[in-house]
Amino acid sequence: MSHPALSPAIYGLIAEFDTSTELVEATRAAYAAGYRKMDAYSPFPIEEASDALGFHKSRVPLVVLMGGLLGGLSGFALQYWINVIAYPLNIGGKPYDSWPAFIVPSFEMTILFAGLSGVFGMFALNGLPMPYHPLFHVEQFSRVTRDKFFLCVEAADPKFDIVDTQRFMESLKPVSIAEVPH
Amino acid sequence: MIFDNLTRRMEKESPNKSEAICPGKLELAEVKEKLALAKSGPQYWRSLEELAQTDGFYEMMHREFPRQASVWPEASSRRDFLKLMSASLALAGLSACVKQPVEPIVPYVRQPDEMVLGKPLFFASAMPFGAYATPVLVESHEGRPTKIEGNPDHPASLGGSDVFAQASILDMYDPDRSQTITYRGGLSTWSEFAAAIKGPLNSQRAMNGNGLRILSRPVSSPTMASLMDAVQATYPESKWVQYEPVNRDNVRAGSQLAFGQFVETRYNLDKADIILSLDGDFLSSGFPGFLSYARSFAARRNPDLKEKMSRFYSIESTPTNTGGKADHHLPVRASEVEQLTRAIAASLGAGGGETAKPEHQKVVAALVKDLQAHKGAAVVIPGDNQTPAVHALAHAMNQALGAVGNTVIYTDTVEAKPTMQVAAMQELVADMTAGKVDLLIILGGNPVYEAPADFEFAKAMDKVLLRVQYGLYKDETYDHVHWHVNGTHYLEQWGDSRAFDGTVSLTQPLVAPLYDGKSPYEFIFSLVGSSEVAGYTIVRDYWQGTMTGGDFDAAWRKAVHDGFFAKTAFPAKSVSARGGIPAPTPAPTAGGKGGAPDMEVIFRRDAMIYDGSRANNAWLQETPKPVSNLCWDNAVLISPTTAKKRGLATGDVIEIDVNGRKVNGPIWPQPGHPNDAITVFLGYGRTKGGRVADGVGFDAYQIRTSDAQWTASGKITRVGSGYGFADPQGFQYIDYSDLPKGTEPLKNRHIIRKATLEDFIKNPNFAHEQEEPVPPELTLYTTTSGEPLYRYTELKWGMTIDMNSCIGCKTCIVACQAENNIPVVGKEQTMRGRQMQWLRVDVYYEGGTENPAMFYQPVPCQQCENAPCEVVCPVGATVHSTEGLNDMVYNRCVGTRYCSNNCPYKVRRFNFLLWQDWTTPQYKMMRNPEVSIRSRGVMEKCTYCIQRITQGRLAAEKATPPRSVTDGEVVTACQQACPAGAIVFGNLNDKESRVSRIKAQPRNYSLLEDLNTRPRTTYLAVVRNPNPELESEPS
Amino acid sequence: MSQGPEEKTALLETPWPDEPPVLGPGQSFGSMTDQISDAVLTRPIGLGWLGGLAIGMALLALLGAAVTYLFLVGVGIWGIEIPVGWGFAIINFVWWIGIGHAGTLISAILLLLKQSWRNSINRFAEAMTLFAVACAGMFPVLHMGRPWLAYWMFPYPNSMAIWPQFRSPLIWDVFAVSTYATISAVFWYVGLVPDLATMREKATHPYTRMVYGLLAMGWRGSARHWKRYEALYILLAGIATPLVLSVHTVVSFDFAISIVPGWHTTIFPPYFVAGAIYSGFAMVLVLAIPIRHFYGLQNMITMRHLQNSAKVMLATGLIVGYGYFFEAFIAFYSGSTYERFMMQNRWFGPYAVFYWSLILFNLVIPQVLWVPKIRANTAWLFLISLVILVGMWLERFIIIITSLSRDFLPSSWGHYVPTRWDYAVLAGTLGFFTAAMLIFIRIMPAISIFEMRTLLPESEVKAK
Repeated sequence: MSHPALSPAIYGLIAEFDTSTELVEATRAAYAAGYRKMDAYSPFPIEEASDALGFHKSRVPLVVLMGGLLGGLSGFALQYWINVIAYPLNIGGKPYDSWPAFIVPSFEMTILFAGLSGVFGMFALNGLPMPYHPLFHVEQFSRVTRDKFFLCVEAADPKFDIVDTQRFMESLKPVSIAEVPH
Repeated sequence: MIFDNLTRRMEKESPNKSEAICPGKLELAEVKEKLALAKSGPQYWRSLEELAQTDGFYEMMHREFPRQASVWPEASSRRDFLKLMSASLALAGLSACVKQPVEPIVPYVRQPDEMVLGKPLFFASAMPFGAYATPVLVESHEGRPTKIEGNPDHPASLGGSDVFAQASILDMYDPDRSQTITYRGGLSTWSEFAAAIKGPLNSQRAMNGNGLRILSRPVSSPTMASLMDAVQATYPESKWVQYEPVNRDNVRAGSQLAFGQFVETRYNLDKADIILSLDGDFLSSGFPGFLSYARSFAARRNPDLKEKMSRFYSIESTPTNTGGKADHHLPVRASEVEQLTRAIAASLGAGGGETAKPEHQKVVAALVKDLQAHKGAAVVIPGDNQTPAVHALAHAMNQALGAVGNTVIYTDTVEAKPTMQVAAMQELVADMTAGKVDLLIILGGNPVYEAPADFEFAKAMDKVLLRVQYGLYKDETYDHVHWHVNGTHYLEQWGDSRAFDGTVSLTQPLVAPLYDGKSPYEFIFSLVGSSEVAGYTIVRDYWQGTMTGGDFDAAWRKAVHDGFFAKTAFPAKSVSARGGIPAPTPAPTAGGKGGAPDMEVIFRRDAMIYDGSRANNAWLQETPKPVSNLCWDNAVLISPTTAKKRGLATGDVIEIDVNGRKVNGPIWPQPGHPNDAITVFLGYGRTKGGRVADGVGFDAYQIRTSDAQWTASGKITRVGSGYGFADPQGFQYIDYSDLPKGTEPLKNRHIIRKATLEDFIKNPNFAHEQEEPVPPELTLYTTTSGEPLYRYTELKWGMTIDMNSCIGCKTCIVACQAENNIPVVGKEQTMRGRQMQWLRVDVYYEGGTENPAMFYQPVPCQQCENAPCEVVCPVGATVHSTEGLNDMVYNRCVGTRYCSNNCPYKVRRFNFLLWQDWTTPQYKMMRNPEVSIRSRGVMEKCTYCIQRITQGRLAAEKATPPRSVTDGEVVTACQQACPAGAIVFGNLNDKESRVSRIKAQPRNYSLLEDLNTRPRTTYLAVVRNPNPELESEPS
Repeated sequence: MSQGPEEKTALLETPWPDEPPVLGPGQSFGSMTDQISDAVLTRPIGLGWLGGLAIGMALLALLGAAVTYLFLVGVGIWGIEIPVGWGFAIINFVWWIGIGHAGTLISAILLLLKQSWRNSINRFAEAMTLFAVACAGMFPVLHMGRPWLAYWMFPYPNSMAIWPQFRSPLIWDVFAVSTYATISAVFWYVGLVPDLATMREKATHPYTRMVYGLLAMGWRGSARHWKRYEALYILLAGIATPLVLSVHTVVSFDFAISIVPGWHTTIFPPYFVAGAIYSGFAMVLVLAIPIRHFYGLQNMITMRHLQNSAKVMLATGLIVGYGYFFEAFIAFYSGSTYERFMMQNRWFGPYAVFYWSLILFNLVIPQVLWVPKIRANTAWLFLISLVILVGMWLERFIIIITSLSRDFLPSSWGHYVPTRWDYAVLAGTLGFFTAAMLIFIRIMPAISIFEMRTLLPESEVKAK
C-alpha cells in the first residue's frame, strides 16, 4: 500500500510497558496491524518478542560454523605444510606427517576461530557498536536496561502515520507513549 | 675500589710500598730504540715482551695505568691483564695477542691414515709429571694451544692420556698463575733479579757454595741433570735436594733392600695371566707407566681371549678404580698388607714368613696356587705407598715366579739422581735450622705447604738469609721468600724428561711465555752462567753435546717432530734379589696423647689434584673421584661398618688426631673400605693456591709426618655434622641400598650386565637373556613393512663402550670438557645437581658394603634413533641429523628443559645460570674455536664431537676423488683420550669398521633397551674372571 | 534465559526441606538491578576491601621483584636441577589452569544444562577463570631459560624458515591456553554487555557514564539483538565446553606424552580435568563465601549455590580419588619395573609425606561433605575448600617432583628443594589474583544482572 512518503520529522513512536507479557502482546498486535519496521526493547531476552516481530532465524550459527571450519582446516594445513613440505625434520624417528600430533592444535584453532568469528559476527549483525541512537533521546527509555519494556514503531515504516499510529498505540494501553526525535 | 684492595694487598705483601710503585722516568728514546729493534724480523714478537720488560716500560706503565699495573695478580681484575698487554702492544704500535716462540718448532705433519686428528696443527711434546714424562700431542689453533692428546707413537702413551695431561691446558691459561717477578712483594724484573743475585752467588762461589741449597722436584731431565752437575762443579759444597710430597721413597728403599741399589721396575701386563696387586694403584693417573699399563691390562681383559683372559687379584686398603677391576678384591688395612705379603711370599718360597689371618687364608691359598700355576706369566705389583718390605718381597716373589724378564723388567732409574727424599729434606731442614744455609733456591714445589709437618719447614726456612722461589704460583711458600721468579708452563718452554721406560721425551713450546716467565733451565743456567741464554739453546746444546757424529740437525728435527728420541728407552738390567728376609717393619708408631690410637690413618694422593699442585685446576676439582664420585672435596673415607660402630653418618665432621697433630675433616662412608681405618687425601686445604684451590677441603699435610708418610695411627672424635658433599652420582647401589624394604629391586633394570668367564664361554649371549623384545607394532605410526622409517644410508655414526676395558679413570670426562668448552659450576651448584660435564662415569656397587664389586659405566648422550628428547622440544632445538646424530641447536633453544625431563639417561646439561666466563682473556685464548660457547638458559649435551665429524667428512669430500670417511678418521675426544681403548666410534654402515664389528658381538647391549629408544651408543657387558675355587668371593 | 513456568516456581520454592532456593524472597527487576549495581556505583569503599587490596598489591610487588631478579640472573635462582627440570613453575601453572576451569564450567556447561542457579555466580566465576588463566599464563614464559625468546613458540614466518615443533605438548599448550584465554575473555565480555548498558544508565558521574557507555557499545535491548545475542551465547557455551575439557587434557599431555615413569599414563586426561574442576569449585567457594558475606548478597548467592558447588566437589573429588587408585593399580598391573618403583617411591620415598597429606586433603577430608549439616555451614565449606586447594597443589607437586627425581638410571637420581624465589613467585601470583578479583568486584557487576532478571516469575510471558 504505497502512500505519498513524506520524509518523517521523527524517528518513530515508542510505547512503554510494565511487563514482558504486555510487550509481547503489543508487539503481536502491531505486527497484525501490518507494522514491520518496529522493534521491541526489554531488559532481558524474551524469545516471544522476537517471534512476534517475525524475526525467527539469526545467521550467527552459520558464521560460527564457517569460522570453525576455516580455523580447523587452516590449522591442520599449516602444520602439514610446515612438517611435510616447508621444512621436514626427523624428530625422534617419527614420520614427517605425524598427523595424530597435529590434531590438538587443529582443534584449538577450530574453537578459536569459531568463537571469535561468532562474537564479531554477532556485533556486526546487530550493527554494534552504535554509541548514538535516537531512542536514547527518550527520557524513560533509559529504564529499558532496568525494568521497563518498550515497543517502538519507526517512521520509516510504510504504514506509519503519525496520527493513526499514535491512536493505534494508545489502543495497546501502554504506560506512556512518546515521540522519538532523530 | 680496586685501588683500595690493591693498596691493602701491597701493604700486606711488601713492607716498603715505594718499591712496588716504581719511581724514575721513562726515556722516550729508550722506547723508540726498543721499537726500532722491534721492527726487525723474527725477533719482533719477542721483543714486545722484552719491551714490556724494560724498567722504562714499567715506570711509564705505572704512570699511565697505575692501577692495572700493580693490580695484575689481584683477583678482582683479571681482565685488566690483557688490557695492559694490549696497551704494551699499542705502545709498540702493534696489535696482536698470540705469541709464537722464535725457535723453529716442528708441527706434527705425518698423520697415519687410521688417525687423522680432527684439527689443523698438532705438535708432539711431553708433560713432565713428577720425574716422569707424559708424552702428549698438543693441538694448536692459530698459535694457541687448545687441547692435549696422547702421543700415539710414544711407547709411554700409545695415544692415551691421563686426567693431568688433559687438564694441563687449563693450568697454562690459569689467570691465577704468577705473572711477575717480585722482590719482597713488589714488582721487579728479570734483569734486576739477575743483578741482585750476582752478589750472593759470588760469595757462595767463594765459600764453595756450602751455604747454597737448591730444592727441586725429582729430576729425570738429562739436560737438567747436566745443569745439576754444573751447579755441583761451580758450588762443590752446595746441596741439591729433590723432594715431592707424593714421593716414591718406599719404592727406592724396597729396591735397596732387594738389590742393594736403585732400580726401576717395569711391568709387561700384556704377558701377565695372573696379576696380584699389593695396594698397587697401577690403573690410576699418576702411577708411572699408567698409560701403557692401562692399555696392556685392558688388552688382556678381553673375554674373547677365553682362558687367556687375565685374572686380577687385588689386595688393597683404600678402594681405588684399580681394585674395582679386580676379579678378587681383598680390602685390608694398609698396615695389614705387609703381613699378608709375607704370608704369600712365604708360601711362594720367597722369604717372608708369618701366616695370613684365618679369614684371609682361603684366598691366599687359592691365590698362591694360581700364581704357581702360571709361573713366568704372573706378576706382583706393590703400591708406592706400601712399606719397603712389601716392595722387597714383591721383587723376591716376582723372581720366584719367574716373572723377571717376562712380566717384570728392571732398568736403570728414570730419575737422574735418585735419592731418599724425606731424608734429604730432613737434612736440609736441619741445616737451615742450624743457620748453615745462606741462599735457598726453591725450584718448583711448595715446601711450606707440603713438607712433612714435623719438619716445620717454614720456621726453618725463615732462618735463611736470602730465599728465592721459582714457580708458577705465588703460593704458601711465596710468603716466606724474598725473590719470586715466575716460571713457565711446560707448554711455554723447551725441555726434556724421561718417560717411565726411560725414553727421552722432548718438550717444545707451543707459545711464548704468556707472562714472560723463565723456564727452569734458563733459571738454573743463570746461576752458573749467563742469565740471558734461551732455554732452547740450553736443551739443544746439551743434546748436540751428547751426539757423536751423525747429522744432529736431522736427528734433532726428528726428535722434536716425534716428541722423543727413538731408542732411548732403558734396556733391561739384570739384577737379582738378595736372599734373606727383610726384618718386619714395625707397626705404625702408636701414640697420641690421652688414650691409645684406635684408628689407622691412611694417606693417599688425590686422584684428581694429586699432591695439591693441581688444586687450582677447576676441571680436575670438578671431575668426580674415580670411586666415590665426589668432587670439590677430600672426604675422610671410612668403611660403613666402622662408621656405624662409631655412630658416624655421612657429613659428620671428625677431628683426626695423629700424635697430637689435629685436623678436622668430613667423613664419607665408602663401601669396600677396610674397617678400623680412615683414608685422608692430600692436596686440599690450600690457603694461597689460587681462587679455585683456596678453602676447598682440609689440609691433610698437617698430620702427615716424616716417620709416617703413608700410614699412621691416630684417634678420631666427632666434632660436627651436616657437612654437604658434592656427589654428582645420585645413587650407586645396584642390589642393596637404603631404599625401603620390599622396594622394586633396581637390578631388574639390567643397567649392568655381567657374567663370569665360565658362564660367558658357556653362554656368550648372557647379556640378552632378560630382555623383552619391543614389539614394533607398538607405534601410532604405521611403518612400511617393518622397515625403519629413516634409513641412514650415507654415514651412520655409532659408539661402543667396553665396560670390561673401562678402568674408571675419568680421563674421558676431562677430555670432553676441554674439547667442548664445557664450563665448571663449582661445588654449590654441583650439590644442587647442576654439574655440566657432558660425559659422566657411573660407578655401581654390588654385594654389600664390606667388599662390593664395582662397575664403571661411562654415559655420554646415547644418540637414540627414537630420541624422546626431540619429540618434546617445542621449538625443534634438538633434531635428528641425516647421520643419525641427535643434534642440539644451541641458538634455537629457549630452555624449557622438557628434553632433559624426557631423557631416560639424563645426559642433558642445562645452563641454569651464566657459567661461561666471557671476560677472562686467557680463557678466550684457550677455548676450542670449533665449538660454540653456550650461554645462560640453554640446554647442551654430548654431540659425538660433531665438530670432529664435520672435519672428517669435509676431508673425505675434499679428497680427489671424493671418498667416504674411513674407519678411524673421526675420533671423539673421549675415545682419543681413553688410555684403555674402551671407547670405539665409527660408521655403522661400514660393516668392516671396528665399531660395527664390536656391535656384532654378543656382549653388546644398549641401556634401557625396553624403552625402544634405539641408542647408537651401546655397551659391552662385563665379564669377570674369578678363580673357580673362590666362587664364594664376590667377583 | 527463559524457562518454563514450572521450572521458575521450582527455583523459588524449595523442592525438599534441606534445599534452599536460588533466590531470596521479595525481589523485583528494579530492586535486583539496584542491589547489584549499587554495590559498584554507590557503595563506599570498605576498609576490608582496602586491606585485602593492600595485601594483594604487596604480594604483586613481590612478584615483580622476583621476576625481575629471575630475568636478570636466570632460572638457576629456583630449586630446579637435573634430573628435576621442572619445579614450582610448572606446578603452579597446572594448578592455576585447573582453578580456571570451574569458571568456564559454571558459565558454559551449566548453561547448556539449563542449571539456571548458576546465573548468580557465573559472572565472578568467569572473572576468576580469566585471572587464574592469567596467573597460569605467566609460568610457561617465566620457567624458560631464555624467556625473551618466548615468541618462538608461535608459528610466525621468519627469515630462517624455522617453525615450532608441533609434536611437542608444550606447543599444544600454547595453542590450548591462548585459545582458552581468548574465548574466556570474549565470553565474559559478551555476558557483560547488557549489564554494562545498565551501568551506563545508572552511573551518575559523566566519566563513569562514558566509560560504561563505550564498553556497552550502545546496547539497547532490542529484541532482534537479544535473539542473536542468545544464539551466540549458547554457541559460545557450546564450544567453550569441549574447549575447557581439552585444555586440561592438553596440560595433562605435557606429562602423559613423555616417557617418565609416573607421567606416562593414559588416565591423566580425565583425571586432570576432574582435578581441575575439583580445585576450581573449591576456589569458587573460597571467593563466593566472603563476597556474599561482605556484600550482603545472601539473597542472590544462596546456600543452594554453595551446596551445589559442594556436591560438585564431592563428585569430582571421588573421580580424582579413582584416579589415584588407578595410578597405583596400573603401576603394578603394567609389569613395568620402573612404574612399580615409581609408585613405591611415592609411598615410601623422600617425598612420601607429601603424597600421604595429598591423599588426606583431597580424598579423606572432603568426604565430610556427605554430611548435609556441613554442606550447609559456610565456615566448614570455606575451610574444606582451602584444604582442597592445597591438596590439589600437592598433587601436582607429587606428579612432577617424585616422578622426575627418581627415574630410570639410579646414577642420575636427584633431590629437589625449592628456594625462596620459588615461594616468592607462587605468593606473587596469589597476590595478583586477589588484587584482580577485588578490583573486578569494585568496577563491574559481580553478578549477571540480566540473567538474574530471568529468574523472576515476572520475566515470564503469560499466555492468554
